[in-house]
Amino acid sequence: MAATTAPGALRRRLRPGAGAQDKAGPVTYLVLGLAAVVSLFPLYWTFVAATSTGDRVAQSPPPLVPGGELWNNVRTVWDQADMGTALLNSTVVAGCVALSTVLFATLAGFAFAKLAFRGRGALLSLVVATMTIPPQLGVIPLYRIVTGLGWGNHLQAVVLPSLVAAFGVFFMRQFLAEAVPTELIEAARVDGAHSLRIVWHVVLPIARPAMAVLGMLVFVQSWNDFFWPFVVLTQQNPTVQVALAGIGGGSAYEINQAVIMTGALVGTLPLLLVFAVLGRHIVGGITAGAVKS
Amino acid sequence: MASTLRAPAEDSPPPPDRPGPAAAAGRPAWRSRLHRLDLKASPYVFIAPFFLCFAVFGLFPLVWTGWLSLHRVDLLTPDVAEWRGFGNYTRLWATDQFWNALRNTVTIGVLSTVPQLLMALVLAHLLNYRLRGRGLLRVAVLAPYATSIAAATLVFVQLFNPDYGLVNWCLSGLGLAHTDWYADTWPSQIAIATIVTWRWTGYNALIYLAAMQAVPKDLYEAAALDGASRWQQFTRITVPSIRPTILFTVVVSTIGATQLFGEPLLFGGGVGVSGGSAHQFQTLGLYMYELGWPSRQLGRASAVAWTMLLLLLLIGAVRYLFARRHRLEPKG
Repeated sequence: MAATTAPGALRRRLRPGAGAQDKAGPVTYLVLGLAAVVSLFPLYWTFVAATSTGDRVAQSPPPLVPGGELWNNVRTVWDQADMGTALLNSTVVAGCVALSTVLFATLAGFAFAKLAFRGRGALLSLVVATMTIPPQLGVIPLYRIVTGLGWGNHLQAVVLPSLVAAFGVFFMRQFLAEAVPTELIEAARVDGAHSLRIVWHVVLPIARPAMAVLGMLVFVQSWNDFFWPFVVLTQQNPTVQVALAGIGGGSAYEINQAVIMTGALVGTLPLLLVFAVLGRHIVGGITAGAVKS
Repeated sequence: MASTLRAPAEDSPPPPDRPGPAAAAGRPAWRSRLHRLDLKASPYVFIAPFFLCFAVFGLFPLVWTGWLSLHRVDLLTPDVAEWRGFGNYTRLWATDQFWNALRNTVTIGVLSTVPQLLMALVLAHLLNYRLRGRGLLRVAVLAPYATSIAAATLVFVQLFNPDYGLVNWCLSGLGLAHTDWYADTWPSQIAIATIVTWRWTGYNALIYLAAMQAVPKDLYEAAALDGASRWQQFTRITVPSIRPTILFTVVVSTIGATQLFGEPLLFGGGVGVSGGSAHQFQTLGLYMYELGWPSRQLGRASAVAWTMLLLLLLIGAVRYLFARRHRLEPKG
């Protein structure tokens, strides 16, 4: 990024340790600041629009400072798009999916990392390979199965297909392979502990931080999941995303742009709060899971 | 995929047939048998939930989709299937709307994936400098990832509004012509690609950043001693060192691009399912949904799904060959 001149190169030659850990120059701060603004501005503007009237949003030039209509807009979106139900449903769905994924992924990850069994390498490769098959492609029969069971428009139709994900298994496997000392497991075996006991007393205490991070990541993914909930749920029992699709679809409601933006704000705010509080841990989790390849 | 994420083998636990320590300790025979059963069966019990879930909700529906694609099936009477052979496919491949959707999927895919990954690479490189407030910056660039497809799209629909949107207002300030981001083909596709890029650039940047931090520092020191510029260090050391990670993100974003659905659906508002009034941004995912639900033709929709699967396999094969050719080259 920084322009290099001959004297610059000379100076670096006299100062070993240059390179990746160089101190950032003004250009770096400028570009990163710009990236932060571009990342955050649409969110800020959502807030501005959600505090405005519909007419104000449709002004040209558009408003850039918040107005005083937030409460009215929230009431409208609550009444017309059933945002209360949507928030509750999304919390239930994302909570269940996160809990079950963490549980099953920890067990499977532990088995792949620390237990010996025939076909371990091949099965782990299979787990990774399943990540390349998009679930969207099987959605038509899945819809038939789920409606055949009478689950159409019910939350279990959204929860059950997501009970455990390959990403989670791989994530926990990578963590546990390094974090759990094999000698500790062998020592527990000498003491006569069976596998489930080892999981409970040895693995879980060590895995807890990784489980928390995985839980957060899965919660975010599940909360934001769009395609399958959109197919199988209706506006009578929506998740947040389905409700937002209903508002944005236009024809179903007499809703102005400011109310649409309020819906987007209300549906995003819970996750943004989680990110503001736990952002660093989430960042750590994303980077930890992806790199150890 | 499997080649980039292959499990390291060095930390393998003891071989399965080693007698358990409990047996040697002279415990009762039934206990030692139980112990051996535990050693043998527990791993499979632990991994069973994943494979069960995948078989029931992943593999089985995928295969069933293939069967459906050879039949004529109505959404309202899904139990009545009339054999059509490859009729759905030949009809599909003779339809302009299918080729249009395929073209749109590819162009939006390229428009979103390429700038996204390039910008992520630059961002990661910059975030890797010694910075004040680096934690804050990282969380800031990750904020779009916390925003859902639905919320992000609804916001960008406003920002790209041709009449009062902020984007056109800024462009007119720069003296650029009025752009119809909704109706025109390229502008609408660029707008949708922008939503995807906005949501995923920071996420990919953090993945790259973590990979960069694992690159040994002495490589840079040696290069700096040899007088390599920062740019040379970036292209000759950083990028080659994190190539597996780059490959990983390319695979993930490509798969995501082929499945694009929510962004064009909501970007189109009332005409979202058809991907705009002239299908100008209808993707394969939208086309599949339009055939399956509004048109109720599950067989034809399934043919779209399996065509997408074939497409992914094709991309995977190309990528595999490409990666193999590169691996054969001597490393610098």
